Formats: sequence, C-alpha cells, structure tokens
Amino acid sequence: MIEEPRAEVALRQLKFRDPDTARRLVRTLERVTKEIGRSPVSVMHVCGSHEQAISKFGLRATFPKDLNVIMGPGCPVCITDMPEVDEGVALARQGCVIASYGDMLRVRGTALSLNDAQAEGATVEVVYSATQAVELAREMPDREVVFFATGFETTAVATAAIVRSELPKNFSVLSAHKYIPPAMEIVAEMPETRVEGFLAAGHAATITGWGIFEPFVERHRIPVVVAGFEPLDILAGLARLVELVRDETPTVVNMFPRCVTKEGNLRAQEELWSVFRPIGGRWRGIAHVPKGNLRLRDEWAHVDARRRFTIDLAALWDGVPPALAADCVCGDIMSGISTPTDCKLFGRECVPDAPVGACMVSSEGACRIWHQYGGHPNLEAL
Amino acid sequence: MCLGVPGRVVSVREGFAEVDFWGVRREVCLDIVDEPVAPGDYILNHVGFAIRRIPAEDIAQTLALYETLLAEAPSNDLMVADVRGEISATGKR
Ligand code: SF4
Repeated sequence: MIEEPRAEVALRQLKFRDPDTARRLVRTLERVTKEIGRSPVSVMHVCGSHEQAISKFGLRATFPKDLNVIMGPGCPVCITDMPEVDEGVALARQGCVIASYGDMLRVRGTALSLNDAQAEGATVEVVYSATQAVELAREMPDREVVFFATGFETTAVATAAIVRSELPKNFSVLSAHKYIPPAMEIVAEMPETRVEGFLAAGHAATITGWGIFEPFVERHRIPVVVAGFEPLDILAGLARLVELVRDETPTVVNMFPRCVTKEGNLRAQEELWSVFRPIGGRWRGIAHVPKGNLRLRDEWAHVDARRRFTIDLAALWDGVPPALAADCVCGDIMSGISTPTDCKLFGRECVPDAPVGACMVSSEGACRIWHQYGGHPNLEAL
Repeated sequence: MCLGVPGRVVSVREGFAEVDFWGVRREVCLDIVDEPVAPGDYILNHVGFAIRRIPAEDIAQTLALYETLLAEAPSNDLMVADVRGEISATGKR
C-alpha cells in the first residue's frame, strides 16, 4: 500500500473554507521548504491567537516536517513578570480593589496569585475591558480601584483612551502592558533560537502599521510577514515567509491588507504614546527587553498606581515559590528553544485546572493551547 | 486577547456606536477608530474599542473565521471563549 503523505491526510480531514487554496498553499510550503535545503527551517509567530488557530485547525499536521513553526513571546499574561504580579497582589492586600482580565488572577507572582489574595479576603474583580474597571470604580466610590492592565499594544491603546477620559478620583492603573517589536529584536538575537523569519500578528499591526518592522528587517536581515488569523491567512503568510527565506530577501510583506496599512492607525498611536512611554524590563522567563514595557508618562502620575501608592513588595518576597515551578520551561518555550511537550510536568502535574506555570494559565499560552488541541494533532483521531 | 471581533454598526452617537455582533447589540467606543464610521459599516472591536473600519470589499472574508467559531456549540473551546470575551468587553446598552 502506498502511504498517503501526511499533509494530504490532514487536508482531507480538516475543514477548510476553500480546500483548493489550502491544498495549493500546503504544496507551496512543502516545495519551498525543500528548496531551502536546510533542516529545520525555523520561523516564529508572536501571537496567542495565531497559535490557537494553528492548533485548533490542526495546521501543524500540514506543515512540512523540516519547517518548525514556533510560538514566541505572544502571550501577554505569560510574559507578565513575577514582580509585576506581586505589585498587584501587594496592592490588593493593602486594601485596594484590583480589577483585571480573568487569566491574570491565576498567574502566580513570586509567592501568590491574585486569586490567593482574594482567598485571604482581598477584593479582586474580573473585567473584560478598561471601561468596565472604570465603571467598577464608580460603583465603589469609597474604595480605591486599581486596573491591573495587561496586553500588548492593541490592548494598551484602549487603556490609553480610558486614561485620557474623565475618570473618577478613586481609579488608577497598574500598567503591565508590553510592546512586541522590541521583544522580536531580543528573540532574533538569541543564538539557540535561530529564527529565520517572523509571522507578525495582524491585529497588533492594525495599530502600529507594517512599516514599524522595516528598521527591524534592516538590522537583523530577517523577513517579516504580517498575517491574519484564518487558517488560510496563516498558510498564505507562512508560504510567503518561506519564499522570502529561500530567496534571502529580508523585507516586510503585508498579507493582511484588509486590516493592516503601512502607517497603521495613526489616531490610536497618538493616544498610545501620549499616555505611555516604553521602558526596559524583564519579560517572565525570557530576558530583559529594552523598551519592552509600557509605563504611564509623568503627566498621568495621578492615575498611575505606582506613584499613587507605596507598594510594599518586601513582605511577599519572603514566600518561597513551590518546588515544581523550578521545572517550568515556559521561558524556553516562548524563546523557541522548547515545546510544551518537552516539559515533564505538561499534562501531568501541570494542567489547566491546576497550572504550574503561566503558559498553562492563559488562553493564549502555548501549554494551555496544546493541552486543549494538541500541538501536533493525531489525525487518526479527528 | 488580541483577536478582536468584527460587528456591524447599527447607529452612531457622540463617540459611541451601537454594534450588532451576530444578534447581540452592544456599545463600542469610537475614540480610536481610524476612519469615521456610519450605520452599515463593519468595525473590528477590541476590548470595547473600534480599532479599524473594515473595508466593504473585505467584510465577507473577515467574518468567515468568526462564523466558523460561533457556529460551534458552546464549549470550553479557547478560541470561541476569547471571541465571546471580546463581545463581553463592549458596553451594555
Ligand atoms: S507545562 Fe506547565 S510547568 Fe511545563 S512549561 Fe508549560 S506551564 Fe510551565
């Protein structure tokens, strides 16, 4: 019996909106990767939604075996550093109401998570947006409400718009917002990772524009393709990316023109940079990223929880992290050195209901995504 | 959290739009959208803010992914949950 190539099996099993286009793209990927003649060819995407789509739709089963598609530091919850979580926990224990996105509550800082603080009696509320955090402050006029803000530039823009609006006096922001372009620089320089091309996230680029990647491409001589989130968008983006790798053409290609322009959303950028300034800081498990953290500018000191309160972290730092956490390789996964299945705790001691590391907490974390969908799906089981 | 979700503008007033997300009507802030929007336009919503007016010719293509996702039975699917979360991030009318 002739064995059917696995990409063919995958294509037959997976439901594509346009199977012919999918088949053509998969063949291009296969052929061009072969033409590069190296193994593996490693490319990186930097977006939890990309990983969700790749894993959910089983795309890895259609990728050539010599093509390694890595999820980089594209999960804002995962890269929020432990001292940043500690700040939120400390403020909660000091009597502030902490409002944050749901996944943040379960991520542990040096010793505790916001959920732990809540169990001790602190007030911690889940919100879906900065606007809802402001509403909460209006409903609790005699409490200090701190919005613990996480997310990349796409989400930071919304926080910026809120900061510039009319705010109740008892509202402030603890910013753990992150800025993706500088992190791509860091990962591009990691010798162990050897990323040969980046797939940039369509919706972050909606704000920043694709032009922002030009200096990066110039410096690192690595191509960047901006891609959308449909299975076909991702296949098309990857096919273009491997062509650029093969042709040794470091350039930026926008494959998501329906949302992304060269200059991006200028109005949103103006809001973003009028409220935030980029400063250096650690991304959990990865590295110090110069200009990778977004902090409030001096003009907004009155809304900045870090200036408004004295945050006492010392008390938290006596807590000893549990022994298991030492085995978590989240940072290596986000740097492209390991995959979730390399971690010996994956699916055993570390599961979504009892996560050891941040990558198993967030819906955008590689471990959580692989745990739900499998990173390399078994097509027989589909 | 970066996925966003598209919706159809029903009406516009003072910096906000009433937007229809597959039958769910919510309020979306227009402070940072790149172009003026009018009823009938589609916008991409992220955490309660419109970040892009989707060009008319691209709407069908943009909606396809979400239609696939929302057609699924309610489950603990991560991507579906993220899309529903984006709708919850908008203002109640
Ligand atoms: S499976 Fe858990 S412990 Fe292992 S790397 Fe992922 S988050 Fe960390």
